[in-house]
Amino acid sequence: MNFSVNSPILFIIVGAIIALVLSQSIYFLVKAIKRAKELGIASSTINKTISSSAVFTIAPAIAVLVGVVALSQSLGLALPWLRLSVIGSITYETVAAGNALEAAGQAMSNQISDPSVFLAVTWVMTIGIAAGLVLVPFLTKKIQSGVSKIGMKDKKWGEIFNNAMFLGMISAFLGYVFCDIDRLWKAVDGVYTVVKDGETLTYSATSGLIPACVMAVAALVMAVCGGLATKLKIRWLTDYALPLSLICGMASAIPFTIWLG
Amino acid sequence: MKKNLSYMESVHRDGRLWGIIVGLALLCFPLALSLIFKATPDYNVLIKGIIATAPMYWAVGIVEIFTYVPMLGAGGTYLSFVTGNISNLKLPCAIDAMERAKVKASSEEGEVISTISIAVSSIVTTLIIIVGVICIVPLTPVLESPVLKPAFDMILPALFGGLAVVFISKNLKLSIAPVALMLALFIFVPALNAGTVGIMVPVGVLFTVAVARILYKKGII
Repeated sequence: MNFSVNSPILFIIVGAIIALVLSQSIYFLVKAIKRAKELGIASSTINKTISSSAVFTIAPAIAVLVGVVALSQSLGLALPWLRLSVIGSITYETVAAGNALEAAGQAMSNQISDPSVFLAVTWVMTIGIAAGLVLVPFLTKKIQSGVSKIGMKDKKWGEIFNNAMFLGMISAFLGYVFCDIDRLWKAVDGVYTVVKDGETLTYSATSGLIPACVMAVAALVMAVCGGLATKLKIRWLTDYALPLSLICGMASAIPFTIWLG
Repeated sequence: MKKNLSYMESVHRDGRLWGIIVGLALLCFPLALSLIFKATPDYNVLIKGIIATAPMYWAVGIVEIFTYVPMLGAGGTYLSFVTGNISNLKLPCAIDAMERAKVKASSEEGEVISTISIAVSSIVTTLIIIVGVICIVPLTPVLESPVLKPAFDMILPALFGGLAVVFISKNLKLSIAPVALMLALFIFVPALNAGTVGIMVPVGVLFTVAVARILYKKGII
């Protein structure tokens, strides 16, 4: 068969693998709902968990789709579709594909025509990012039981431990939001220049403030939602506060970029 | 009579089985391509690409397992490490769901709520990408439009802004030290940026747990 990155047979194989992954999610969903009912968790809580998780997912999933489109220029549609539906995080997959394409001396914007290059890229993406998939089946039970022992020994510390982990992750991302703020004082005449891969990129001095402003908007929306929900007793507002703050934050990035970028 | 497994044990059994099945299916993809197109990978590209990719991402992957498993719970872990996008999608989704259902991540109630939310999130993501792939031609100009680009670029700040409000207001005393440390590191260490934030997550987690232990022992929290 003649090779093309968008050959129909690729879509058939990818479709089959994605169907398998979809059935795994459905299997665990059904299993967890059944157990939740046995544990006496109210149906309304289960339903709200389902609906707000679904709503929350929409915007980030569209961002993942943007990654599929970006990668499809060189790799066709089938491979990015597979990689970003399974295991894939946009950043990892883009870097892995980029590394392999660079080794092949090929630009990200050119479509691959040589099947052996395409196969090499596929293997790099498959093996390069397989750590989670390979090790999770062997490590999860040990880690999980270790952590639940902490909670059993001292209940209060168990709760604090959990909160501390979430907070630790959140603080890392808060730090990241401010990572480009040094452009404010490093810029010369309002222009900040970086040389990356032989390319000179310029940014305005205030561009580093954009993520911080976006975060502030999202935080504000979240706080207002929280306040309104408790004061006026609007339950649905609590359920959809996070997706709402996410969308408002993302939308605010557009005017902030025009203004500060 | 069949031996009765506890829910947690059956989650581990099924999660392992599914993980291995999906892992094998993923390996079949390049193998099938080789057979269908009668081609072998360009080994020069393959080896160079693996050397450039695998050491870093395997190291990150191992650290991620230890960092995320306690937060995701067992069922959530088996799903998340197959369907990906953990820090930018699955974990925030699960944290928010557990918070609203008022269940603790370490309890079995937390485990099932986290699993339900991650399963729904995985299904919705997969479906959205399927719709996107089918409608790729009309959608491409919208998804790649320069007007919308900043919105997609700023998804992490928008996401963590909301989550931060909830968690910082709940744990004000505990949050001061980690937030101050991370701000200082990210602002003054140039190597820390979007590409390396994944490595800083476990650093933040370990540091915060250590601070929490000290504050707890001193009776401050």
